Amino acid sequence: MYDLIIFITLLALGYFFGRIAEKKHYKSIIKREKQYKDIVAVSSRIPPISDVPMSSCLVAGSVVVSVDYFKRFLSGLRALVGGRVIAYESLLDRARREAMLRMKKQARDLNANMVFNIKLETCSISKNARGAIGSIEVLAYGTAFSPEK
Amino acid sequence: MIVTNMEIIPGKKISQHLGLVQGSTVRAKHVGRDLMAGLKNLFGGELKGYTELLQESREEAVNRMKEQASAVGANAVLNVRFSTSSITQGAAELFAYGTAVILE
Repeated sequence: MYDLIIFITLLALGYFFGRIAEKKHYKSIIKREKQYKDIVAVSSRIPPISDVPMSSCLVAGSVVVSVDYFKRFLSGLRALVGGRVIAYESLLDRARREAMLRMKKQARDLNANMVFNIKLETCSISKNARGAIGSIEVLAYGTAFSPEK
Repeated sequence: MIVTNMEIIPGKKISQHLGLVQGSTVRAKHVGRDLMAGLKNLFGGELKGYTELLQESREEAVNRMKEQASAVGANAVLNVRFSTSSITQGAAELFAYGTAVILE
């Protein structure tokens, strides 16, 4: 009986706090994406030929995020019937966008307006007992070009 | 030392190729951080402690790669790649590798 009460409390806590955290995060992501809109970030391997001498520098941004208890429970249910795990899709989407934003921030600090050869990498860092995702790390890196002074 | 993940650097010529250089580090988190992460696993959200830890370790891996590159006499590392893997519960390996070259 106590176990059930604890379980339901955890679910409710996870649901409410997780929702609030996700909404806040999306809001801040959208705001910052507008802010860094002018930085060209592409994954093409060859930079364009330019007349001005450019200096290049490696920039990277990474983030570790975790799902809440409620979503983990949902994904557990989903694993029974199969199909899209929407609960995790938003987690990965948030993490990728956040990592890209951090990379762009580093580029902006270097006064660069282009980032080339972007690579994104995802890694699950906490393997819990059942091998679920838990928390993930996303790393975005690329080469930032800025006009030489 | 130029470290970049491009295969070429515009305006510069590669005069010598010196092979693959690499750097890696394995880090574990301390108990306090693990505790906080446990809480965050409940509520969801960013694990700032882990983000910092992984960033530090990545810098460490890049520094080791740079050391190796300067040991072979290179002045640039091109085509750098990163990779992360979790070895056991609570420990992660950060790995950076690239091609050491001499640029003119």
